[in-house]
Amino acid sequence: MAYALQQLINGVALGMIYGLIAVGYTMVYGIIGMINFAHGDIFMVGAFVSLISFVLLSTGGWAAGPGAVLLVLLISMAITALYGWSVERIAYRPLRGSFRLAPLISAIGMSIVLQNFVQVSQGARAKPIEPVIRGSVELWHGNGFSVSVSTMQIVIVVVTLAVLAVFTWLVTSTKLGRAMRACEQDRKMAGLLGIDTDRTISITFVIGAALAAVAGTLYLLRYGLADFFMGFIVGVKAFTAAVLGGVGSLPGALLGGLLIGLIETLWSAYAGQDMFLLRELNPAYKDVAAFAILIATLIFLPSGLLGRAEVEKV
Amino acid sequence: MSAMLQLDNVTSAYGAVEALRGVSVEVNKGEIVTLIGANGAGKSTLLMTIFGSPRARAGRVLFEGRDITAMPLHEIARAGIAQAPEGRRIFPRMSVRENLLMGAQAFGVDPGPGLEQAFTLFPRLKERETQRGGTLSGGEQQMLAIGRALMSRPRLLLLDEPSLGLAPLVVRGIFSAIRTLNEQTGLTVLLVEQNANQALRLAHRAYVLVTGRITLEGTGAELLARPEIRDAYLGTH
Ligand SMILES: Nc1ncnc2c1ncn2[C@@H]1O[C@H](COP(=O)(O)OP(=O)(O)OP(=O)(O)O)[C@@H](O)[C@H]1O
Ligand SMILES: [Mg+2]
Repeated sequence: MAYALQQLINGVALGMIYGLIAVGYTMVYGIIGMINFAHGDIFMVGAFVSLISFVLLSTGGWAAGPGAVLLVLLISMAITALYGWSVERIAYRPLRGSFRLAPLISAIGMSIVLQNFVQVSQGARAKPIEPVIRGSVELWHGNGFSVSVSTMQIVIVVVTLAVLAVFTWLVTSTKLGRAMRACEQDRKMAGLLGIDTDRTISITFVIGAALAAVAGTLYLLRYGLADFFMGFIVGVKAFTAAVLGGVGSLPGALLGGLLIGLIETLWSAYAGQDMFLLRELNPAYKDVAAFAILIATLIFLPSGLLGRAEVEKV
Repeated sequence: MSAMLQLDNVTSAYGAVEALRGVSVEVNKGEIVTLIGANGAGKSTLLMTIFGSPRARAGRVLFEGRDITAMPLHEIARAGIAQAPEGRRIFPRMSVRENLLMGAQAFGVDPGPGLEQAFTLFPRLKERETQRGGTLSGGEQQMLAIGRALMSRPRLLLLDEPSLGLAPLVVRGIFSAIRTLNEQTGLTVLLVEQNANQALRLAHRAYVLVTGRITLEGTGAELLARPEIRDAYLGTH
């Protein structure tokens, strides 16, 4: 029981990170109807910007502390946002209005470009950082087991919820958010009402990339490593989360992220254990679980858990 | 004095299919001008070509003396032209109020007077203020589309078949609202209509569009009196 609770906590923390990335997939899909395959690599860039910032700060003598973490987070969000903006300007905007597959192919190209760029400039090996956030809080213990939340996990949950709260306010209650929703629902009409839709789309990429940077920073802090290929697997899982939650749905992205995080964590915790059918499962296949969910969702629940299925007069 | 809106020999096409072939239309300040024509004549295309979507392949579009032919869509809107387009295009997952606010927000104008105007013209919208656009009835959506177009305080209003699918009483309401706006605020209107009888009565001047060409123009009363118009667009009465 305690073990299960511990896994649940681990799963939620991981799921939050997936949720942050999934929001970026879902936003871009909502507004221009394309899957931004480079988004996972934007997450990777975010992790590297944070890694470099941490290294610079510590050589500059800045002790690791909440202030340093916040500073790194902001730097990473700003620089990664610039990457997100550039990707859209360079690879997607010129293809607007061409055939549907063109931006998708371009996105895959962008993904390769970003990976190779980081591989060349940062090296192919995984880069570690010193643990920055340590410590944990024990919630419960008894008969040999204990349940604890690491400070890192608390940081992940608090930062993610704070960032998503600001983001939700932005989308639902500001003019910018309304313009984004208008572009999503009828881009041409938004233009007829004087909205600069290209600019709105750019801002969407900027916001999505900033959220991915938060995810990248948290991931780096949690696992202490970054490598040029990390965006692929994490990206696929976040994409699965977006599909599972219902592409286009923002709450769905977070829900999907949490579910994927939980499934992955529980899979590695329980697969292969000597219980029922579990002994047939291999814990190393946790990534396969994500792909299986993606395929199953696409077949049986294409509009996702919180996707739209209502009747509309348009 | 030159016209407020001037289409000068405009040709417009979708791919290889030409929908407008050398169309010239003028709308003067303070006028209500109507454009009538059969299905597929190119009426909606003409309104959208003013907004550069599709872009005119040849000819020029001038608004208040400025050449807007090549301007980006949103800048044409910001120049002072608003449209209640074909199909109404209400944002389905926004409330009535948010749909209206969308009409003003790119213009930096206070939405207050626009909201009040919309609710005065169409009290029904006030009752439905928080309802989602996608769940409004067709007539309510039409009212919302017109109200939304007026939010930016445009100098020129383009209306694409505002009477489509509406009960006669509602149509009369909308037409009288157009007349009131024109008389009281000096709003210039270019009105596309299938409902030629009422449109010609309302309009100061009118054009007839047949497969992408203007075939007739004149005052509303002149066109109402022409036998070929009576036969083709007004039924037999
Ligand atoms: N997006 C499009 N792609 C291709 N052809 C189009 C497109 N829109 C309109 N057309 C064609 O252009 C011509 C003019 O269409 P338009 O919509 O302007 O007609 P209309 O006069 O508004 O007709 P209606 O009274 O039925 O609304 C038609 O032949 C139509 O099929
Ligand atoms: Mg039409």
